[in-house]
Amino acid sequence: MARADVDLVLPASAEEAVAAFGDGAAVTVVAGGTVVMPELVAGRLRPERAILLARAGLGGITREAGRVTIGATTPISALEDGDEPLATAARHVGDPEVRAQATVGGNLCTGASADAPRGDLQAALIALGATVRSAGRGGERSEPVEDFLSASAGRLVLDVSYEDGPRQTGYAAARRPHAHHYTILAVCTARTADAVRVAVTGAGPTAIRLRAVEAAVAGGAGPAEAARRALDDVEGSLRDDALASAWYRERVLPKLVEDALAAIDGAAGA
Amino acid sequence: MPSLTVNGVAVEVESAGLHTLLHVLREELGITSPKAGCQQGGCGACTVLVDGEPRRSCLIPVAAVDGASITTVEGLGTPERLSVVQAAFHERYGSQCGFCTPGFLLATYALLERSPRAGRAEIEEALAGHVCRCTGYVKIIEAVEAALRGEVAAGTEPTEAVTA
Repeated sequence: MARADVDLVLPASAEEAVAAFGDGAAVTVVAGGTVVMPELVAGRLRPERAILLARAGLGGITREAGRVTIGATTPISALEDGDEPLATAARHVGDPEVRAQATVGGNLCTGASADAPRGDLQAALIALGATVRSAGRGGERSEPVEDFLSASAGRLVLDVSYEDGPRQTGYAAARRPHAHHYTILAVCTARTADAVRVAVTGAGPTAIRLRAVEAAVAGGAGPAEAARRALDDVEGSLRDDALASAWYRERVLPKLVEDALAAIDGAAGA
Repeated sequence: MPSLTVNGVAVEVESAGLHTLLHVLREELGITSPKAGCQQGGCGACTVLVDGEPRRSCLIPVAAVDGASITTVEGLGTPERLSVVQAAFHERYGSQCGFCTPGFLLATYALLERSPRAGRAEIEEALAGHVCRCTGYVKIIEAVEAALRGEVAAGTEPTEAVTA
């Protein structure tokens, strides 16, 4: 469909956005546009309906009642000086101009491209134990980021939130120079009084929570020993793309997990 | 129908709202300093100022910036009277083939406005989204430093080669 014929909606509030989105069928959502617009320009995406979230008032970060809540259209640049490991993950996205335009919601909804992984914030948000609030078929829903990622089709992200409180965090990434600065692999860790959470971006089409690693840590394993369990978590899903082969990722991942765990090791109670 | 102020001139946009700002500038308004490079947000050749902030015009649906003020290189200076940033790039040989230059100029202009005392690391970060395939980065950074330090004055008369 030619772009002139697309039914284009510009909701002026969150309520209007949810109503316009409906059950999400045959709707293309444009937030920052950094992922969607190249698809439109290249003709790979030809929507009948599109919703621009530019004026829907879904942006902004609030800290209240013990939670940090980040609106869906908050630009990634707004996270750069915030809580870790989200801040470091945010700084590793694209470049300053792209980060000022790309949104948190878009980063949660994007899957990998054929060439490279995307969604750098996903692993950091999983490590933070974040919850996604979304709208779509059946109404509003709140669920852990990792659950959202496994069934994000037909959902409109409203915000993502996590507990505001002290935690030790780690971030370890394999990177190489590239015009788009895509991340090959990035491991995020976070230790709270309750638990250690570990997740990786770049291993699969979306970020993966490394539960076997977490279980090993909970069982008393040190960083090196726990990191060896990472391959159990990503078995069969390791990406093979233009940035790195699955062979390479398989060898680098345990080392990154070890480094990200070492960053929080012994920090408990600190 | 979106309206924009482009280089100080109010315009009503006729293109469909999902067309990119880059398309509107080049194809509808005939403003050709923003370049259609990769059209994936990766090269920075299409960067313009949206309400003073450098943004990739190839990634912005024009309906999303309804009412915004857009600045392109055409709004920085004239061939007869270059702006500080243009004069610095000219004097310090910061431009080779010229394709990436408009994006670099606008990113530099925004940096000069925001952080006139920026050091080397901040300059490199501000230009991180801009690719020069002539690989003229050494001269580009020297030009940016010259502009920030006020070593080059606006209004410098360019050579014939620049205006041609």
